[in-house]
Amino acid sequence: MGKILAVGAKEMRQILRDRRTLLILLFIPAFFLLLYGYALSFDIRNVRLAVQDRDRSTQSRELVSAFVNSGYFALVGYEDSDAALARLVDEGQVRAILSIPSHFERDLQLKRPVTVQVVIDGDNANTAATVTGYARTLIAEYGAVQMVAMLADPHLRQGYGGQALSGPVVIVEPRIWYNPQLRSALFLVPGLIAYISMITAVVSTALSVVREKERGTMEQVRMAPVGPVAYILGKTLPYLAISFTSAVLIVFAAMVLFDMPMRGSWPLLLFSLGLFLVGAQAQGLLISTIADTQQVAFQIALLSSMLPTMILSGFIFPISSMPTMVQGITHIVPARYFLVALRAIVLKGADITAFWQDLVALAIFATVAIGLASLRLRKEWA
Amino acid sequence: MGLRRILHLMRKEVLELKQDPRLFGVVIIAPIMQLAVLGYAATTDVKDVPIAIVDADRSRPSRDLIHRFESSANFKIVGMPGSTDEIDRYLDRGEAWMAISIPANFGLAVTTNRSATLQVVADGTDSNSTGVALGYAQTLIAGYTRDLMEAAARQRPSATAAPAGALVTSEIRVWFNPRLESRDFMIPGIIALLLLVVTTNLSAMAIVREKEVGTLEQLSVTPLARWELITGKLLPYAAIGIIDVVLVLVVAIYWFEVPMRGSIALLFAMCVIYLMSTLGLGLFVSTISRTQQQAMMTTIFFFLMPMIYLSGFIFPIENMPAWIQPFTYLIPLRYFLVIVRGIFLKGVGLEVLWPQALALFAWGATVLALATLRSSKRLG
Repeated sequence: MGKILAVGAKEMRQILRDRRTLLILLFIPAFFLLLYGYALSFDIRNVRLAVQDRDRSTQSRELVSAFVNSGYFALVGYEDSDAALARLVDEGQVRAILSIPSHFERDLQLKRPVTVQVVIDGDNANTAATVTGYARTLIAEYGAVQMVAMLADPHLRQGYGGQALSGPVVIVEPRIWYNPQLRSALFLVPGLIAYISMITAVVSTALSVVREKERGTMEQVRMAPVGPVAYILGKTLPYLAISFTSAVLIVFAAMVLFDMPMRGSWPLLLFSLGLFLVGAQAQGLLISTIADTQQVAFQIALLSSMLPTMILSGFIFPISSMPTMVQGITHIVPARYFLVALRAIVLKGADITAFWQDLVALAIFATVAIGLASLRLRKEWA
Repeated sequence: MGLRRILHLMRKEVLELKQDPRLFGVVIIAPIMQLAVLGYAATTDVKDVPIAIVDADRSRPSRDLIHRFESSANFKIVGMPGSTDEIDRYLDRGEAWMAISIPANFGLAVTTNRSATLQVVADGTDSNSTGVALGYAQTLIAGYTRDLMEAAARQRPSATAAPAGALVTSEIRVWFNPRLESRDFMIPGIIALLLLVVTTNLSAMAIVREKEVGTLEQLSVTPLARWELITGKLLPYAAIGIIDVVLVLVVAIYWFEVPMRGSIALLFAMCVIYLMSTLGLGLFVSTISRTQQQAMMTTIFFFLMPMIYLSGFIFPIENMPAWIQPFTYLIPLRYFLVIVRGIFLKGVGLEVLWPQALALFAWGATVLALATLRSSKRLG
C-alpha cells in the first residue's frame, strides 16, 4: 500500500508540473461538451420545400399546410414547371419538392387511391433519410385523418347511396417514451459523455509507462523495491482520479446546459462510470506496455479509442442496422456497454436488472485489459 | 546546398522511423483495417428495427398483420410478450425499439368494418432512428388498411361503385443518391478523417521528441535553417501519408465500390494539398509543446475533436446554431470534405471546387509558415 502511494505521489508530481496537460484533462472535456452539445444535432427543421400543386383545391392546400405546420418544412414557393423545379434542386435552393397531382380532391372524394410525389435531394444521405421519414409519416397521417373524417361524416356517407361506408380502418396511436419530443440532444449528449471520457482516460494513461521507457527512467523504477502490480496501480490511480472528476463535471454540465434528465439512481451512475473509466485506463496502460515509443503509443491510443468509440458504440449509428459481422466487432468496444447503461439510467430511469449484463461486460473488459497489461509488464520487469 | 542539408535530415528521420518498425505497421495497416470496419458501421440507414408485438387478439387478421411485420426487411420481431405490462422490460433493456399492441377486439372490428386502434409505443432515446422507424410502421399499417378495404369491397359487389381505400399514398424519390446509400456519403468522409488522425499525430511528435530527448540542441548548432528543418521533417512523413492515401482510396473504390465519378488525378492532387495542411498542423503543435504528452493532448482536444465534429462529417453545418457556423470556416477538413465528396459522388472538377481548393492551400501554407516561425524561437 505504501509503495502504491509512493508511485502515485511521484506520478502526481509529474502531472502537476505540466499545467497545460492537467488543465486540458480536467476542464476541456466539460467545455467541449458545451460546444458539441449545441453543434451536434440530428433534428432537421425548416427543410426548404417547393410545392407543385396541380390541383389547387381546398384539400391540396390542406396537405401543404400539414407539411408547413409540422415545422419540418419551410415553404419556399409554388412552382409549376418541372424544369424550373429541377433547377431549384440543382442549385440547392430547395431540398424537397411536394408534387400534388390534379384531381387530388376529386379522387379523394370518390375514395380512389391517390399518390402524392415527394422528391428529396439525396446529396447528404443522412439528412435525406430523416426527411424521407418525415414526409412519409406526414402523408400517412394525412391519409388516416381523411379516412376518419369520411367515416365520421354522415353527409359523406349518404353520398354513397346511404350505404354504410365499406371498409375497416386501422388507426395508429403512436406513443413515444423517454424522449417524447424526439430531441436528438437527449440521445447524443450521453454519447458525448462516453466519448469524451473514453478518450481522456485512454490517452492520459497511454503515455504513462512508455514515457519512462523512452527516457530510461524505467531502469531506475525497476531497481526500486516496487513490484509491477504496485507500480501499475500507482501509475493509474492519479489519472483515474482526474478522469473521474472530469467525467462528473461533464455529467453536471450536461444536466445544467442540455436539460439532460436524471431518472435513475446516482450511485448506480457513478458506479457504472467508474467501471467504464477503469476499463479505459486499463486499455491505455496496455497500449503503454506494448509500445516502445510515445509516438507509437499515441497512434495506437487514438486509433483504438477515438474512431471506434465514435462509430462502433451506438453513439451515433444504430448497432442493429450494421452488418452482422460488424455487430460482432462492436462487442469489444467498451463504450457500447457503457452507453446502454448510461442511457438506461439517465433517460429511462431503469434499475440494474435492465442492464446488469452490460456492467458485467464492462467488468470483464477491465479485468482482461489489466491482466494483459500486468503480463506484459511482468515480462519486461524480469 | 540547402537541398543537400534537407536530404541529410530526411535520411536521419527515415533511419529513426526504421528503428521502430511497429510505427510503420500501425500507420499503414491500421487505417486500412479501420476503413474496412468503419465503412460498414457508419450507416444511418435504419433497418432490422427490433420490435415486440403483443397480440391480445390471436385472430386471423392479427396474425396477418404480424406476418407483414415479419416479412418486412425494416423490422425484426424480437419477442411476443403475453401482456402489455411486459413491454416495459423490452424497452427498458433496449431489446426492442418499438412495441405494438393489438387489442383484443381487433379481428372482430376489422371483419365487421369498424375501426380498430393499434397502439405503438416507441423508445424515443435514439430520436433520429425512431422517427424513421415510426414512418416505416405508419406506412406498413396504412398498406394493411388499404388491402383490408379492398378485400371488404370485393366481398360486397354492391359497394363496388365506391371502391374502398380513399387513402393517400406517397411516392418518394430521392435524387443524386437514389438508394440513400449512406455509405457512399460516409466513406469519403472517413477517408478524410483517417488521413487527418494518422498524419497529424505523426508529425505532432516530430520536433517535440527531439526537444524531450535533448537532440534539438544538437540540431540547433548545425548550419540547418529553420525552413530546412521543417521541410526535412515534413517530407518523410508526407511519403508515409501518400502511401496511406493510395491504400485507402484503393479500399474505398475497389472494396466498397464507392462510385468514382470525377478525376482520380485531381483527387490525388487534392489529397496531397490536404496532407500538407494536416502535417503542417502537427508540426505547428510540435513547436508549441514542451513534452510529447502535451503535444498529444493539444492535438486531440484543440484540433482533432473540433475538426471532426464541426466539419460537417456527420452533422450538417446548416443544422448548427448560427454562432457556431462561422468557426467552421477555420477548419481545413470542412473544405476537404466538400472536395472529396464532390469528386467522388458528383464528378465535379476544379471549375466548381476551386474556392475550397484555394482555401485548403492557403490554410496549409499558413500553418507551415507558423510552424517555421515558431521553430526559430526554440532553436535560437
